[in-house]
Amino acid sequence: MTMNRIDQRFAALKDQSRCALIPYITAGDPAPQHTVGFMHACVEAGADVLELGVPFSDPMADGPVIQKACERALKHGTRLADVLDMVASFRETDQTTPVVLMGYVNPVERMGYETFVRRARDVGVDGVLMVDMPPEEGAEVAPLFAEHGLQSIFLLAPTTSSARAATICAHGEGYLYYVSLKGVTGAASLDVEAVARQLAPLREMTDLPLCVGFGIRDGETAAAVGRVADGVIVGSALVSRIAENAERPEAIPAALKAVLGDMRDALDR
Amino acid sequence: MTKFSDLTRLPDAQGHFGPYGGRFVSETLSFALEELEKVYLSLRDDADFQAEFDRDLAHYVGRPSPLYHAERWSNKIGGAQIWLKREDLNHTGAHKVNNTIGQALLAKKSGKPRVIAETGAGQHGVATATVAARLGLKCEIYMGAEDVERQKLNVYRMRLLGAEVHPVESGSRTLKDAMNEALRDWVTNVDDTFYIIGTVAGPHPYPAMVRDFTSVIGREAREQSLAQIGRLPDALVACVGGGSNAIGLFYPFLEDDEVAMVGVEAGGDGVETGRHAAPLTANAPSGVLHGNRTYLMSDASGQVSDTHSISAGLDYPGVGPEHALWKDVGRVSYVAANDDAVLEAFRELTRIEGIMPALETAHALAHAKVMAATMRPNQHIVVNLSGRGDKDIHTVAKLDGLEF
Repeated sequence: MTMNRIDQRFAALKDQSRCALIPYITAGDPAPQHTVGFMHACVEAGADVLELGVPFSDPMADGPVIQKACERALKHGTRLADVLDMVASFRETDQTTPVVLMGYVNPVERMGYETFVRRARDVGVDGVLMVDMPPEEGAEVAPLFAEHGLQSIFLLAPTTSSARAATICAHGEGYLYYVSLKGVTGAASLDVEAVARQLAPLREMTDLPLCVGFGIRDGETAAAVGRVADGVIVGSALVSRIAENAERPEAIPAALKAVLGDMRDALDR
Repeated sequence: MTKFSDLTRLPDAQGHFGPYGGRFVSETLSFALEELEKVYLSLRDDADFQAEFDRDLAHYVGRPSPLYHAERWSNKIGGAQIWLKREDLNHTGAHKVNNTIGQALLAKKSGKPRVIAETGAGQHGVATATVAARLGLKCEIYMGAEDVERQKLNVYRMRLLGAEVHPVESGSRTLKDAMNEALRDWVTNVDDTFYIIGTVAGPHPYPAMVRDFTSVIGREAREQSLAQIGRLPDALVACVGGGSNAIGLFYPFLEDDEVAMVGVEAGGDGVETGRHAAPLTANAPSGVLHGNRTYLMSDASGQVSDTHSISAGLDYPGVGPEHALWKDVGRVSYVAANDDAVLEAFRELTRIEGIMPALETAHALAHAKVMAATMRPNQHIVVNLSGRGDKDIHTVAKLDGLEF
């Protein structure tokens, strides 16, 4: 069996002692025809893994920035099936950058797990993070994902007990997404020392790369987190740029590249 | 042991009611829910806690609520005898307070100084603000902006009680969006905040916990039926949005096979029009929202649908997961009452019995009327009169062309 793109990418980064830069954008924001271009722009700016958000009507774990991104995408009728088409289109010219779909359970549940998993694999999705599907609830569908080589990415939070962390580490694949603070996406501040303290015991439990998200807004925070984590995930800082330029989408790739370029430089310094 | 005894042993340890329920939440909420489950399980069978709960229900809420024989209305319909379980006579005017008393006591025992809640019609918000005032807890309420508009009186009541009311502008600006926002608040302020969910939905342990607190309704109704009717009723009827008042009435009768149960959902303009809030009646496919799997109104791509109902309190696209199972196993039947029939029942009970029901409650009344007409005068129906209608006077007046 060939190695999953996510594992390959993290293995390569490890060899180079580099930290992964993982941008998140919501598919279909501000309109569906732009998303594939934005994905390529992120890669050009130095992204190692792409997280592509599947818009949902009720994004409970997200703050206002990503809520509004979902609303913009849904106004154009962006469905899960369309998001999968976007990945297919992205793969026409990029066969190496790992793509993780991130979103909520219900759109997948409505499509049907079997259909989703087959289609996702066919278009070149590498991992899936369903925010509201913890490993306990995912037990039934996990074998289906595994069978088709789709990696299940899970969240860890500052409040996760060590017993739960052990379960999550045991079920997780690809990388673990460590939520840096109590709150929703786009929240204010991030305490790097606290994050470092909390990652330490996780290192004992797992060899999976530990990537940190929530609260990473610029090169400075990215670099600080990059010193203690295997990857930094940046979402709201990018989605804010998309929102600011929603009326002139041609300006968005450059805006995304500016944010990610700063982070890439700071991480590699 | 009866046909449905197994139902009384649910949920399982993971909060599942058959294929429904569970704990579909972001990891950021898992700890808070585990903590809540621990506190709840330790106090559920604690005699002191139960005694304190019962004392509050007796002296603060005014329980037991009467079981009233609506004789004049029954005679007019000319079928079965209709009995009203008068939850409208509770302090704050609805059944919601039974649950908020229980959860606020848990908040106090957990040492959390701040409570938050979502509300649709405002009844749960008022009940939460009330107990928060009494226990000296800081209270913030999330309410869809559309509901803030149609329930101005309750918004002002909550503010008088010292609660801060946050209108929610996202999504469809109704109950489901208020719940999203309350969940976001909870994740952010989980250290000092207790989330008082107002219905038998949400992630485990909420559906079971709310059911247990609200079951006082059915326990009383069962005893009162035996004392006043001389036997168990032939049928129970209650309205279902999230489904807490219905579960409260039904649950203690689950093993009484001879008692039929009917949950009445919001039919809006009619289930066939798509403009309704009746996921069970419409056979909506199962889905996941607000932490549990249940019958959920969503479009073919899984986006949660906008709902429609004349009553803000039933305007919800999902339903408590235990109801979903009760439908599947056939213990309870679920039907819908349309807005026009609901208004007619509202006016009729007001004029004939001098009892003005909430529009939510009027759904149950509208169906009870249809059902009673097909039954004999020596048969008995208990309807949960879940709340009083003062809060809806503006809505009804507007339909009559009046503005205050």
